[in-house]
Amino acid sequence: MKQFLLATALATLAVPALAGKAFVTNERGNTVTVVDTETWEVLEEFSAGNRPRGITVSPDGKHLYVCASDDNLVRVFDTETYEELPSLPSGPDPELFIIEPSGKRLYIANEDDNLVTVTDTESRTILAEVPVGVEPEGMGMSPDAKWVVNTSETTNMAHFISTEDYKIKHNVLVDQRPRYAQYTDDGTRLFVSSEIGGTVSVMDIAEDGAPTLIKKIGFEVPGVLPEWLQPVGVKVTPDGSRIFVALGPANRVAVVDGETLEVDKYIMTGQRVWQLDFTPDNKYLLTTNGNSNDITVIDVDQEKAIKSVQVGQQPWGVVTIE
Amino acid sequence: MIRMCAPLLAAGLYCMSALQAAAVEVEAAVLRIDYQRLLPISRYDLKAEDLGFAGAALADEDNNTTGSFLGHTFETQTVATAPDGADAAMDALLADGVKLIVVMAEAEDLLRLTKKAAAQDAIVFNATAPDTSLRDQGCNANLLHIAPSNQMKTDAVAQFAKWKQWDRWFLIYGSNPADLALAESYRRSARKFGADIAEDRMFEDPGGARRTDSGHVMVQRQLPLDTQGASRHDVVIAADATDYFARYLSYNLWDPRPVMGSGGLRPVSFHGAHEAWGATQFQTRFEALTRRYVQPEDYNVWLALRVVGEAVTRASTNDPQALRDYVLSDAFELAAFKGQAVTFRPWNGQLRQPIILYDGMITVSVSPQDGFLHQVTSLDTLGLDEPESACTAFQ
Repeated sequence: MKQFLLATALATLAVPALAGKAFVTNERGNTVTVVDTETWEVLEEFSAGNRPRGITVSPDGKHLYVCASDDNLVRVFDTETYEELPSLPSGPDPELFIIEPSGKRLYIANEDDNLVTVTDTESRTILAEVPVGVEPEGMGMSPDAKWVVNTSETTNMAHFISTEDYKIKHNVLVDQRPRYAQYTDDGTRLFVSSEIGGTVSVMDIAEDGAPTLIKKIGFEVPGVLPEWLQPVGVKVTPDGSRIFVALGPANRVAVVDGETLEVDKYIMTGQRVWQLDFTPDNKYLLTTNGNSNDITVIDVDQEKAIKSVQVGQQPWGVVTIE
Repeated sequence: MIRMCAPLLAAGLYCMSALQAAAVEVEAAVLRIDYQRLLPISRYDLKAEDLGFAGAALADEDNNTTGSFLGHTFETQTVATAPDGADAAMDALLADGVKLIVVMAEAEDLLRLTKKAAAQDAIVFNATAPDTSLRDQGCNANLLHIAPSNQMKTDAVAQFAKWKQWDRWFLIYGSNPADLALAESYRRSARKFGADIAEDRMFEDPGGARRTDSGHVMVQRQLPLDTQGASRHDVVIAADATDYFARYLSYNLWDPRPVMGSGGLRPVSFHGAHEAWGATQFQTRFEALTRRYVQPEDYNVWLALRVVGEAVTRASTNDPQALRDYVLSDAFELAAFKGQAVTFRPWNGQLRQPIILYDGMITVSVSPQDGFLHQVTSLDTLGLDEPESACTAFQ
């Protein structure tokens, strides 16, 4: 018993802030739901502007950024008090974005205007606008922060934008309606999901950042029509051994082996599963289920759904903090 | 990677990375025949001046944005003509060297214009003619159908009725040839999906003015009498391709029943309130460009030119026959804001697509319905299937 207590105490020391939180944007409810990631209880639901979709936090975990798509700006909230802070300019119809590790620059996909907008989070000014393909959505960043990858849903490309000069250096054609781009933590691979194409394109990334398409991962579930297998959100475990892919109206998350790039397993979730995020300790994966208005909590080690938590109307994005 | 790609490109496949494709210029056209027509029953159905052309403008924007990364440019001219000027207009386009032509015309004119185009190896995209015969014995290897056929639309309605278990139909059809053809299509759909046409009545076209100040008074008195005494039925199916009575049926029937078909719940390729599957983005882009809501004709023209754009992106050519071969191949698929990729039936050139059931305000449902299965794709439960089709031009 003593030993057990000691172990707990040590664990507590190693990870001081235990009361983690997940923030979920509710696209139709115009709110953000806050969920305690230990008890899985809803702590709060607060107004987040019109049509909140993409959501992320500053690297220090203090500021919550929300793409308020119909307000044409990024709303900022304090992650402790939920108090709204001054907004950031985003360009029209921001949908998804990614923040660089320093927290300084935010790269935002402007769905209606075929642009990626670069916003300085400190001066709250727009640094650059990068013209990309039609209906930009997915935003990924290489771990060394040298590249931002944007996917354009109607052009069907992954655009590789250099963060040095904001110029597109590579374009890779992928399958229909690319929604999300995710690098591995070591930066050697990139995954791009294609919702209507029904595939995840896998690219090897060279040291200079150049991509080479090596494979397209397909999906198959007995009893589910192939057209319902629509890959959207993608997350990779830190060691790169497993890739989790949300499959939209198939109501499942696929678990893909990082070595063989074959699907190992499908985990049932709520309805129309789109975006994903790990808890900071990588123990749990959370999914947003837009049609059942809940999030599914998946135990990452066991690859099992352990709980669902009711949130607001039409949950879209999710981010977690410690 | 570039070196690895070169042989693939030569084989007509697309190259993946760091693509430095050769410049490709794509010239297309939309040819619209404006027919003399009576006013529609509803003002909402008045035809916009730029009907169809607006879809072309948006498609050019979309295709040029994508093309800017590949060195491809797209330019589409639009031509509106009276029926007697259509042949000359087609001749002029062909003389200009335009080989990708979207046509908005009735079946007979479409076929005649297609023959002219085919003689010059041009490809015609049918954006509006719904006649099932054009996909059947009347098919042409140089004619690709973007517009859904009557049979696809009536099957979409029939599947929904079946799903609702509205198995007993009261079919009310008009007296013009297009109405009779549509009624025949509903009869085939009923047979195909096991519905029973419990009652079958023609609503004679009285001709003349359709909208007058007191029109609704007459309608309210007359229609209940016209629909009285019908055998027991679950739903009224209206076949009114010429738009003179179906819109009046709801609320004016003797038996209170839902209406589907040409009135009530209608099968459409697209509408201005459709939001699912990312369609909101299409709507906002279309409205920003045109300052009006999209009509199915606009969407069909947009889709025709997006088919061209997607084929040019992947095949890196503007050769019309190479583009045709690509879009008819298994490699082709296109996202069209309808929840699944659209593809072509290689045996008759019809674009496979879900059909939206629209009540005038919202998407009520989308066919194919759950549970209607097919060995190729559930989309082939809508419309003529290969074994039923007499089309041989694609063999």
